[in-house]
Amino acid sequence: MERTVVNDRLPETSAPPTAALATDDTEVSLYEVRRKIYPRAVHGLFAAWRWGLVWFTQVVFYGLPWLTWNDRQAVLFDLGARKFYIFGLVFWPQDFIYLTALLIIAALALFLFTAIGGRLWCGYACPQTVYTEMFMWVERRIEGDRAARMRLDRAPMSAGKLSRKLAKHGVWIAIALWTGLTFVGYFTPIRELLREVATVSLGPWETFWILFYGFATYGNAGWMREQVCKYMCPYARFQSAMFDKDTMIVTYDAHRGDPRGARAKKVDHKAKGLGDCVDCGMCVQVCPTGIDIRSGLQYECIGCAACIDACDQVMDRMGYPQGLIRYSTTNAIDNRWDRAQMIRRVLRPRVLVYVGILLAVIVAAAASLQARVPLKVDVLRDRTSLAREAEGGRIENVYRLQIMNTRETPHRFKVTVGGLPTLAVAGESEFEIPAATSKQVPLRLQIDRGQAGPGSHKIDLDVVDAEDPGVSVKERSVFLVR
Amino acid sequence: MAEFTSSFWGVYIAVITLVSIIACGVFLKVQTTARVAGKVETTGHTWDEDLAEWNNPLPNWWRWLFYITIVFSLVYLALYPGLAIWGGALNWTSSGQYAQERARADAAVQPLYDKFGKSPVEQLAGNAEARAIGQNLFLTYCAQCHASDARGGYGFPNLTDSDWQYGGSPDAIEQTILAGRNGVMPPFGAALGGEGAKDVANYVLSLSGLASDSIRAQKGKEIFAANCVACHGPDGKGNPAIGAPNLTDKTWLYSSSEAAIIETVTKGRNNQMPAFKDRLGADRVHILAAYIWGLSNSDKAKAAGK
Repeated sequence: MERTVVNDRLPETSAPPTAALATDDTEVSLYEVRRKIYPRAVHGLFAAWRWGLVWFTQVVFYGLPWLTWNDRQAVLFDLGARKFYIFGLVFWPQDFIYLTALLIIAALALFLFTAIGGRLWCGYACPQTVYTEMFMWVERRIEGDRAARMRLDRAPMSAGKLSRKLAKHGVWIAIALWTGLTFVGYFTPIRELLREVATVSLGPWETFWILFYGFATYGNAGWMREQVCKYMCPYARFQSAMFDKDTMIVTYDAHRGDPRGARAKKVDHKAKGLGDCVDCGMCVQVCPTGIDIRSGLQYECIGCAACIDACDQVMDRMGYPQGLIRYSTTNAIDNRWDRAQMIRRVLRPRVLVYVGILLAVIVAAAASLQARVPLKVDVLRDRTSLAREAEGGRIENVYRLQIMNTRETPHRFKVTVGGLPTLAVAGESEFEIPAATSKQVPLRLQIDRGQAGPGSHKIDLDVVDAEDPGVSVKERSVFLVR
Repeated sequence: MAEFTSSFWGVYIAVITLVSIIACGVFLKVQTTARVAGKVETTGHTWDEDLAEWNNPLPNWWRWLFYITIVFSLVYLALYPGLAIWGGALNWTSSGQYAQERARADAAVQPLYDKFGKSPVEQLAGNAEARAIGQNLFLTYCAQCHASDARGGYGFPNLTDSDWQYGGSPDAIEQTILAGRNGVMPPFGAALGGEGAKDVANYVLSLSGLASDSIRAQKGKEIFAANCVACHGPDGKGNPAIGAPNLTDKTWLYSSSEAAIIETVTKGRNNQMPAFKDRLGADRVHILAAYIWGLSNSDKAKAAGK
């Protein structure tokens, strides 16, 4: 059986130190120096999709911290106070399960999209792709497109080159710092943060995280680029493991394209025995990871479809049909299916199961969020103080109630008890809890002497919102009698 | 500690650690190049029947990450106590860091205590901020015995009423917390005998108007006059100077039942309130005393707060 090699690449385009070897038994380096990639600018349907997602994700990311809701920042993760505000919702550490739900939804969505369309996440929405796209745009504005950039890098240092490089890095660093500031703005109110930056009074941790996140943005989108996907990102690798033969991936149609060769537009290439591929190399020039898609599926391919856009334009110029490189499945290419046949196979049981589980988790999480009681109660019985004698010979136990009012308005809560004859609250039984606050209040419970034998008795405590009886929590505890 | 350990293990650990780190560096250097036969091979691992992986080179910067970890570990071992025989150039210790952080925290709150330390207890009890600190201290250090609502329990006095074993003045409360108290009721079982103890218990019951056997109480009165007045006073109203409780009120540290009183008379009691001066310091005790005084003087505390 022939082996399928996952990171199959042509020896000619592979790393020179290893691949250029012709002789036997040579001393080679186990490390390769990165060859800088100069992706050519690309326009077309899929590039437009990517820019659409760049705009969407970045308007959300940069814009959200500036919105206001109920006189506070609409989205704020207050780690110090352990309160997480998302518009009308306030999440407490006790609501951690919703973060779990969100992560499960995100993971299942990744499985689903990957099973249908390959590395869609990588190609269109991943921050690494999105910021690289933005940084490459800046690069093109300042240094020009592929050929101009290669020329500039080969040229000796001059005032012109230096000024261009300085301008590029200046703009990159500005974007990166603003990104760092925005990121920290999700955890510290961003207006205060900006004021602190303006008055140079940032705290040490705020400074660290702004610089750290800014540096990560600048380093990853400016310098590391495709290496992040190739060497660092685990998702890149495990998405490859979720492909099967009915996954739509960016594919070169070898049946149609080969044998490749240059030709004049007017020549009947079929008569000359040539395929549709004119071997112009545009698909390689636009590739942000520097691979040749015509060699088949490779682990470096992030599924950005830049090569599809590039090839379609060449096909248009040649007067050939589009889609020599297209989203297609391994089965469709091998069996020469048309589009409808392919799509029918894409909706396979695996995809339907993912859709089913995903919908179930989303519905369950939404229902649970809807049914969430905005009141949490913990009963803490005084551990060391057992039963004691109160006025009139009644037996008294002491508790502390931790009442958490998760709504953003103050509420009064009334405590009633049951489970033992004559059991009643002595003293205060109604407690005012301020907005979005957790408060510990003392509670004394008494029973008449002789109503219960010595030992521990189970009791129930009901905490009910005094104005809104729909909001209530039932808790259990014990009452000790001596 | 020297008698329990020898320097051997320190040297042993240091040598192993340093040799391992240097060996990692040598290994990296040696493994930078390899002799290969012409073309790129697969790694030799095969998954899912036919899935294999090219053995391609790592990016060059990756190698520098390895070297950085080696340099980092050597710098770390030079600065911090990682090698058992070398305490590190920074002289860092975990206890030292704790002391430093504690000193910093103490310095940060000291102005608050300086401010509160000068106010008298009566005024402090009306200050909401001081009360909150006092309650915090109470729940941490006092609630174990006196309960979280300060109403005490069996054998532990209620601090919210106006009955005070050693006097309820701010100074007396502060003194109680600072130096602690040791309340001793001596056992009279041998001197009085079973009947005598029962008689005196009935007299004590009658003092606070509880149901009692009047004949026994009559007998008990004489026993009381002979044995108990030294501490509890001729009329049984106690003596705060020595912590002898008032027997005529309705407050009972141990139960008001006849059996409990007989037990107290026969076996005596020994009550210990620990001293908190060393643990909390005078500043915190002052705030705590204000909180406790305010519990039974809430009207005066409120007036002071205005």
